[in-house]
Amino acid sequence: MNMINNSQNLWSNIKSKYSIYFVLIVLFVVCWLANENFVSTENIQNISTQISVGTILAFGQTILIICGMLDLSSASVLALAGVLSVSIYKTTGSLTIAFIVAILVGVFCNILNGLMVTKFKTPPFIATLAMMTMARGAALMYTNGQNIYQIDEYTKFGQGQILGMPTPILFMILLLIVTWYLLKHTVFGRSVYAIGGNEEAANASGINVDRIKMRAFIINGIFVGIAGVLFMSRVNGGMPNGAIGYEFKALTAAVIGGTSFSGGIGSASGTLAGAFIVGFLDNIMVLTGVNSYLQQIVRGAIIALAVIYDIWAKTKRVGRKKGNAEG
Amino acid sequence: MMNQEIKLSVSNIEKSFPGVKALDRINFSVKKGTVHVLCGENGAGKSTLMKVINGIYKPDSGQILIDGKVVEINSPIQARSLGISMIFQELNYIPEMTIEESLFVGNWPKDKFGKVDWQEIRKQTVELLESEKLSYRPDTKLKDLTVSDIQMLEILKAISYNSDIIIMDEPTSAITQKEVAVLFKKINELRERGTSIIYISHKMDEIFRIADEITVFRDGCVVDSRPKDEYDMETVITQMVGRKLESVFQKEDIAIGEKMLEVKGLTGEGKFKDVSFDVSAGEIIGFAGLMGAGRTEVMRALFGLDPYQAGEIFIRNKKINIKNVKSSIDKKMVMLSEDRRRFGIIPIRSVRENVSLSSMKKFIYGGRLHAEQENKTVADFCKKMNVKTPNYETAIMSLSGGNQQKVVLAKWMVTDPDILIMDEPTRGIDVGAKHEIYKLMTMLAKEGKALVMVSSELQELIMMCDKIYVMAKGKVTGVLKREEFSQEKIMAYATDTIRQEGVS
Repeated sequence: MNMINNSQNLWSNIKSKYSIYFVLIVLFVVCWLANENFVSTENIQNISTQISVGTILAFGQTILIICGMLDLSSASVLALAGVLSVSIYKTTGSLTIAFIVAILVGVFCNILNGLMVTKFKTPPFIATLAMMTMARGAALMYTNGQNIYQIDEYTKFGQGQILGMPTPILFMILLLIVTWYLLKHTVFGRSVYAIGGNEEAANASGINVDRIKMRAFIINGIFVGIAGVLFMSRVNGGMPNGAIGYEFKALTAAVIGGTSFSGGIGSASGTLAGAFIVGFLDNIMVLTGVNSYLQQIVRGAIIALAVIYDIWAKTKRVGRKKGNAEG
Repeated sequence: MMNQEIKLSVSNIEKSFPGVKALDRINFSVKKGTVHVLCGENGAGKSTLMKVINGIYKPDSGQILIDGKVVEINSPIQARSLGISMIFQELNYIPEMTIEESLFVGNWPKDKFGKVDWQEIRKQTVELLESEKLSYRPDTKLKDLTVSDIQMLEILKAISYNSDIIIMDEPTSAITQKEVAVLFKKINELRERGTSIIYISHKMDEIFRIADEITVFRDGCVVDSRPKDEYDMETVITQMVGRKLESVFQKEDIAIGEKMLEVKGLTGEGKFKDVSFDVSAGEIIGFAGLMGAGRTEVMRALFGLDPYQAGEIFIRNKKINIKNVKSSIDKKMVMLSEDRRRFGIIPIRSVRENVSLSSMKKFIYGGRLHAEQENKTVADFCKKMNVKTPNYETAIMSLSGGNQQKVVLAKWMVTDPDILIMDEPTRGIDVGAKHEIYKLMTMLAKEGKALVMVSSELQELIMMCDKIYVMAKGKVTGVLKREEFSQEKIMAYATDTIRQEGVS
């Protein structure tokens, strides 16, 4: 076979690999031009804080989706972990214990998810759908459906600042690094990609598929627990009905960020870019006074377009698209 | 019978994929009522051209002519309406479908209300099965059939469309000798009915049994096209690889060392029973048998992919327990699977990641990935295996089958194994790549590795092995030493028509 134009090949590789960042930059510039209030330290910081909780959930989702799974229960488990954490804080007065409890609850629920998927071979969609309902029910039962108020110091988690940077943003950056590190620099991460790409071949290559899937859920649980603390802290109370729909926010960010639902493809930075695309859009629509119902339609359309673009860019790279679209 | 009328021809077909020119100004034609064999190494462009003719790929330029008229083919459905059917090398079927559903898939007859007419389907299926003297029930699910049954059905499907041109892409890669005979009878019938058949194959003996004309491809070009009588095997091979190859591989004498692997009484319920064998350093042992004899099942259990119910496994005379694949790899035993796409590769990931898949701990330690080390190892082993790829970040699915197989071999070599189980290592691989695999196996044996080779090609077993175990119906029915090798003996044991004393 003859090699034709290696540089052109490289360029199309870069284009499809970094396509999502182009979209983000273009969107940023468009927003900048559309409204003078968009680019300011305060506004960008606001956007970043607003997307932080959803993005942290999205990092967990990213790992799971790359592995060929997903978590529909993340927002419900967030609520359960959050209300339990707040309530423990109110009885013990210890922020540390409250933080640890949230993580333990997140991990516990995700171990159940993991067991359903690995031991009982339940499809992740169904397993986490069941957990979604159970965890929300548990959160409501524990609080009797009432919000827990007066959480005093607990607000430090989500409303504090370190060196002038809001804590949720710091958590988001920290977990971005953790996710990136796990995916790129650990045997676990490589295995996650392999399992999502072809589970049977991963197994036949000596990867313990069930163990990796379990670990993916446990890591997701840690992220969900942290998100629970940040969320409750930001809304000034333990809200059993909080964060409804956040699991889809998280899925949206991951998918826009190029994580493939067929598994085996995705990255932490892509997901962050996806989250910012949604964040920028929401923000610019508010700034320019777009009708709030229309905002939803636009958000939905963006998901569809992002995925279509992504599939188009990828098929071009692999050269499986038929016809002479190579041009 | 030999009508000289040209049924299908292509002129100046060109097709490029990013980075590769897959077809370069292809001209070739098929006469009515003939079998036209296409030969060429993997990646030579045969399958790509067939996909162009079948409407799966659109050519960048060039024309397709049927009965002298230019046609444009944009989809397999359109190809079908022009009388072209294709039987693919890798069968894609829906296991839950019944025979009758699959025969009419995409083409279901409808009644006057627009509802699928199941009675009509049943009627036509029964007729078709009877006319071809096949004893299947129309409501049998495909998952309950063997690969060769499904292959026969594909052929039946092509016939049911009344196609004038049938393309067969390596139809014998998964079926037994006996079934090959049935297939060839079918092909002869079709030829007599005036159907043109384009037949892609790597198997030389087959090619010369069935061909009327032969066209050889290399590197996306047609090298030569002649009637069979003007060809001999040597010429075809030389044209295919572009250089002269010893057509028969010569086994080298290799000193046999200590016993590496011994299996005693291995039993997997319902699959195989009481299988015992051993292999030493530098030795190559073979497993012969018909499809479904249980050879693959034994190897899967041995490698930790399936559980086994009884038996003992010794590696270097130490009894070991195989719990899963990981424990086999740790014990330096690896297995190349017969089904590369399913068990061998992670299609969307890079060549690099596929090569390091089973040895990740060699590159990821001390809390980080050592990328330079990984890149170097991957490059070294890919070079050693002669993998052809634009670069190591290319997704493995864009490589040809032979190159994918070499990547899988590279993956196992990185783990530095002592024992290699190779299940059909040359299936679907062209002559040139086969020789490379044989050479590689010889090299590994010389390095003191113990090799177990499962193959359906008797010639290669006879050529490569020191000892051949023959299996039938889940049992070892015969063991032959090198001096006793003969195709007849192996087939006799494989069909279980003779019994050897001392072997159950």
